[in-house]
Amino acid sequence: MAAYRSLRLEKYFFRNNLNKRSILGTSAVLRGSYSQPKQNEAVDQRRQFSRHTGAKYGGRYTVTAIAGDGIGPELMGHVKHVFNLARTSAMRKRTCIGRDWSVCYRVADVPVDFEDIYLDSAHDADTDLAHAVLAVKRNRVALKGNVETKHLKPGFVSHNLLLRVSLDLFANVIHCRSIPGVSTRHGDVDIVVIRENTEGEYKSLEHENVPGVVESLKVITRESSKRIARYAFEYARQQGRKKVTAVHKANIMKLSDGMFLDTCRQMAAEYPELKFEDMIVDNTCMQLVSRPQQFDVMVMPNLYGNIVSNIGCSLVGGPGLTAGSNIGSDFAIFEMGTRNTGKSIAGENIANPSAMLMAGVELCRYLGLARHADVIEKSIWRTISEDKVHTPDLGGTATTSDVVHSITQKVQNEMRKW
Amino acid sequence: MASRILKSLFATVKISKTGTQLYSQDVRTVTLIPGDGIGPEISAAVQKIFSSAKVPVEWEAVDVTPVKAPDGRMVIPQKAIDSVNKNKIGLKGPLATPVGKGHQSLNLALRKTFNLYANVRPCRSIEGYKTPYDDVDLVTIRENTEGEYSGIEHVIVDGVVQSIKLITEVASRRVAEFAFRYAVANNRKSVTAVHKANIMRMSDGLFLQCCREAAEKFPEVQFDEMYLDTVCLHMVQDPKKYDVLVMPNLYGDILSDLCAGLIGGLGVTPSGNIGENGAAIFESVHGTAPDIAGQDKANPTALLLSACMMLKHMGLGTYGSKIEKAAFEAIKNKETRTADLGGKATCSQFTDAVCRYVD
Repeated sequence: MAAYRSLRLEKYFFRNNLNKRSILGTSAVLRGSYSQPKQNEAVDQRRQFSRHTGAKYGGRYTVTAIAGDGIGPELMGHVKHVFNLARTSAMRKRTCIGRDWSVCYRVADVPVDFEDIYLDSAHDADTDLAHAVLAVKRNRVALKGNVETKHLKPGFVSHNLLLRVSLDLFANVIHCRSIPGVSTRHGDVDIVVIRENTEGEYKSLEHENVPGVVESLKVITRESSKRIARYAFEYARQQGRKKVTAVHKANIMKLSDGMFLDTCRQMAAEYPELKFEDMIVDNTCMQLVSRPQQFDVMVMPNLYGNIVSNIGCSLVGGPGLTAGSNIGSDFAIFEMGTRNTGKSIAGENIANPSAMLMAGVELCRYLGLARHADVIEKSIWRTISEDKVHTPDLGGTATTSDVVHSITQKVQNEMRKW
Repeated sequence: MASRILKSLFATVKISKTGTQLYSQDVRTVTLIPGDGIGPEISAAVQKIFSSAKVPVEWEAVDVTPVKAPDGRMVIPQKAIDSVNKNKIGLKGPLATPVGKGHQSLNLALRKTFNLYANVRPCRSIEGYKTPYDDVDLVTIRENTEGEYSGIEHVIVDGVVQSIKLITEVASRRVAEFAFRYAVANNRKSVTAVHKANIMRMSDGLFLQCCREAAEKFPEVQFDEMYLDTVCLHMVQDPKKYDVLVMPNLYGDILSDLCAGLIGGLGVTPSGNIGENGAAIFESVHGTAPDIAGQDKANPTALLLSACMMLKHMGLGTYGSKIEKAAFEAIKNKETRTADLGGKATCSQFTDAVCRYVD
């Protein structure tokens, strides 16, 4: 009965072209059209940003789960619990609300199966990485914790970076929103940071010319700039946003950031309803800490995106509250917005699970499970803003389990109305 | 024990690289570059305050507007270069960047001519000017000559551009050792190296290695290393965590402007560029504000605080602290604050107030 119900809901959402708040994914149609000539590049690119239609068997999606290091494994466990995949008796007891145990362990009942892949500091061989990439290619979506980068091995490239580059996840979208109930210095912040995710300063092309002189190459291409600009403007249009700000340093890096800026300007001409402005990155940082309410959607190359997204996340309350999506033409990986391993608080039950749960919410939206996503998101927000169950990073004393318990109860209450 | 007492007595005295201790009885000559726009009026304000505080400093004003050299290039006039080379210390107002080809950026030219390798920006919350951040007290030290701003860029094929970030051991070591010497001379407890060595292994790795080696030479200062994104994350939530930050060029540019934003913007932030052999040019980093030039509306705080930094660098720290305190008093009082800080005073009223507080 439950399986039929989820299938029926699925068909309903399938017909809807792009829910108002869904993350932009890609269509399977385009994959078959490589042999055809590109008639209209804009139309092709726009078709890329429709909904995900990946691995789905019997009405259930399979999602790769890469727990990573630090707080990743425990938070992944909580996400699985809220998604209704923890089937241990301990979990059952915690979520039982006095009814028959065979029924009461269900929480959000999300039709998702997780495939666990181990990629962390203990599993950091090339084969582990290849295995992880293959798993994400197979399932098309993943939920990920951060993998720690060990400095000791020379020539070791971050596995987080390699994963993103191999899967060509060109857009990193971080939505920083002020949550009522969280005390911050700035209110009414609603910024979407869209960051180019594959090139720029993160190309890892470095060499030592002579001992003591090192060069690192920053590469900017017109294709990638066009792609990320197109994504940013499409996102702004479809989400009903008003303004797009390009962040750059073209006064100093005239050729590289200059090309990025020109590409954004040309793209802005195709979206006359959206206001476009550009700002130099140091001025942007100054404005973000004095008047962050002026920003709407921001698009930028890789390194500036790293800085601006971290500033944006801390403006709304810290690394425990924002999720980040890495979107490509064919694949998507969802993770915490600030990509921290949280090594220092691992295993202490004080990490804030909201960021990882919100990543799960974005995952549901990407898969088209908007109703599940809304339920879980509403429960998270109500836990933080109404019940004010805050972990130490928000200035409270609750544990991770307290927060998850509160969210679970709210989700179960909501699900009973279905 | 005795050495600690001696050290605290001379805490505000900076020993120049040549080893000569700078005595406060000497009257030092300082090159003054008034600049454009509001530059002349704020420079005049600073000179007035210095004379009322009886600071033993003589001013030698020079103009750095580029002139045409015999070979056709536009260069800084030789008189200006000679002046700074002789005096070693300079105070610079805001310079307008002329639009058009043939001009080198003036700031870049000054930096190259005098080999100014470290940019120091102390950011302290100003009592009286309310921002969402109180109790900010940190210093950003940024490598000023290389890194991402080396200016080496080229188009490889149409649509692919490459920009080179250059990190050398010499420059990194120089700025790292300067950071620790600054921390010791100014009673700071810790130095944090900001980097992105998880992504840029070799370049930031080299910078980090130089910082680690410098840390070993100064065991009394605590040394920390942190990723750039972590620093940004925590800086916006709790700036009290940080003391002295040292980093390569690009990160320094962005972080120092971020810190300036925390305390109220570029209009109140001092800045100093330190070069080799004791040379240093202190400047205000805001723009020339041509729309309010000549209307007595300008705020000389940034240039004034930079001048106080200059006094501390020269060994005239007592005068520097006195003027700084007077300036903060004037800002605290709503009557004597300038318009950009939310007050009603004109530039001259603010200057007079500071002169009064100094006495």
